[in-house]
Amino acid sequence: MGKTFEAGVKEYREQYWEPDYPIKDSDILACFKVTPQPGVPREEAAAAVAAESSTGTWTTVWTDLLTDLYYYKGRAYKVEDVPGDDEAFFAFIAYPIDLFEEASVVNVFTSLVGNVFGFKALRHLRLEDVRFPLVFVKTCGGPPNGIQVERDKMNKYGRPMRGCTLKPKLGLSAKNYGRAAYECLRGGLDFTKDDENINSQPFMRWRDRFGYIAEAIHKAQEETGERKGHYCNVTAPTPEEMYKRAERAKELDMPIIMHDFLTGGFCANTGIAEWCRDNGMLLHIHRAMHAVIDRHPKHGIHFRVLAKALRLSGGDHLHSGTVVGKLEGDREATQGWIDCMREPYIEEDRSRGLFFDQDFGSMPGMLPVASGGIHVWHMPALVNIFGDHSVLQFGGGTLGHPWGNAAGAAANRVALEACVKARNEGRELEKESKEILTEASKESPELKAAMETWKEIKFEYDTVDKLDAQHK
Amino acid sequence: MAEEMQNYDSRVTDPASRKLETFSYLPELSEDEIRKQVQYIVDHGWQPAIEHTEPERASDDYWYMWKLPMFGEDDVDTILNEAKKCHEVNPNDHVKLIGYDPYQQSQGLAFVVYRGQMK
Repeated sequence: MGKTFEAGVKEYREQYWEPDYPIKDSDILACFKVTPQPGVPREEAAAAVAAESSTGTWTTVWTDLLTDLYYYKGRAYKVEDVPGDDEAFFAFIAYPIDLFEEASVVNVFTSLVGNVFGFKALRHLRLEDVRFPLVFVKTCGGPPNGIQVERDKMNKYGRPMRGCTLKPKLGLSAKNYGRAAYECLRGGLDFTKDDENINSQPFMRWRDRFGYIAEAIHKAQEETGERKGHYCNVTAPTPEEMYKRAERAKELDMPIIMHDFLTGGFCANTGIAEWCRDNGMLLHIHRAMHAVIDRHPKHGIHFRVLAKALRLSGGDHLHSGTVVGKLEGDREATQGWIDCMREPYIEEDRSRGLFFDQDFGSMPGMLPVASGGIHVWHMPALVNIFGDHSVLQFGGGTLGHPWGNAAGAAANRVALEACVKARNEGRELEKESKEILTEASKESPELKAAMETWKEIKFEYDTVDKLDAQHK
Repeated sequence: MAEEMQNYDSRVTDPASRKLETFSYLPELSEDEIRKQVQYIVDHGWQPAIEHTEPERASDDYWYMWKLPMFGEDDVDTILNEAKKCHEVNPNDHVKLIGYDPYQQSQGLAFVVYRGQMK
């Protein structure tokens, strides 16, 4: 006999709490940090999250009986204490793969971080981590090129790449802006970057900017004999406009373009990544708006989830934080999400905030980009933290050099190479940082001047979003 | 005391302005310094290889291979001697030492050990 319909409201846990559930390899797994309203039991709150982020709604409906909800529903299968926090707990939820459209990060987010985040029975809710099963990963395009291809195209081996965001971020004319790029590139940077705020404002339209930037790159390449790029920001009000800008960058023989994945959205991002794959273009990804979503320790989406999602949607670079600069970021947690960007297989490791094993199969990795308030004195720590597969971007730390951008770029390049050389020789970079930089500065007046300029600058504030293991 | 401002001397028409990627912003490495970098390549289990080119063709992807990569070679002196031989036969060329990383399918390290006359 089939099931019968009973109108009314059921306790969520009757249907969505399933501690004995055998997890399937194909399930999407999520870990939420749940802070329920007072008096709501953990299992009920966890089940409510599972229901509201999958098949459930607040009441039973007769059409439930026209499908096999047992097959489609998400299940809360485990709850755990959050170390050092008596209010919140971790809820683990498994979602069957058939709930999601293939290759659609958009669709996954609509369910996992949709209406459930406004659910009244919860005070706060944070998506801490997601395990994307390999069957889903394999449907996604991922990074259009990947680290290995980028190294070959740009001819950069055995060291991190060096970039710089041009400043002032707003207000320059296209020609003056191109000058700033040219000076950086001839001084020894590999990349310059459009500030994310630069799209196509009245003071500098995108077409003018791209034109001057192209001359800057081509001349700097001829002059130095090295390959150069500028992240031409194609983030635009509409997808059509975005593709138009990308096409123009390609016509100008630019090796790399840029997109802002959260303000532009995952739909636009996945589209431009596809275009980059078709056109052999590198893709730099900025993350404006991420701190709105990921900074609060009890509500929102953790950055490691955004990083994994972006890797699936597609990008060759992604901003990761610096640990040592002006912006938020704890060292262990940062190393955890850097692994999510560039490793093929990442093991669960709570000491780095990783809740699941994650298999990316053969999907290429992305270069983490460290940017924001960093300068020559940070170089030894940056090389240690990020290793060779990274882009180190000094904006103010290049442009603020007392002798100008070319000297600033050269100073940073010398510092980088000195650190890589010392590391390869087996020296301890962070312990010997002062000696290593001072030795290098003897042959580089540019570096010496940079070290004088920034010797006093530090950003020592406590991290707001710490790993929960450290709260005690 | 702040030093006097210096001009950044570099120009398209001056071949001495050309750079050679990794370590080319440092002074030319001494023999002892090169030895340590070769040791680093060997310690990683990378495959040492030598390539050379005329300085005016330095931007090409493909330089001339000097024999085959030295598969499995872990004697630093043997590798250094091979680079030296390549330099003696091609005294005007750039000679580059590479550590091929077969796991990443990339070059773990690549740097020029003999800089040819830039012209």
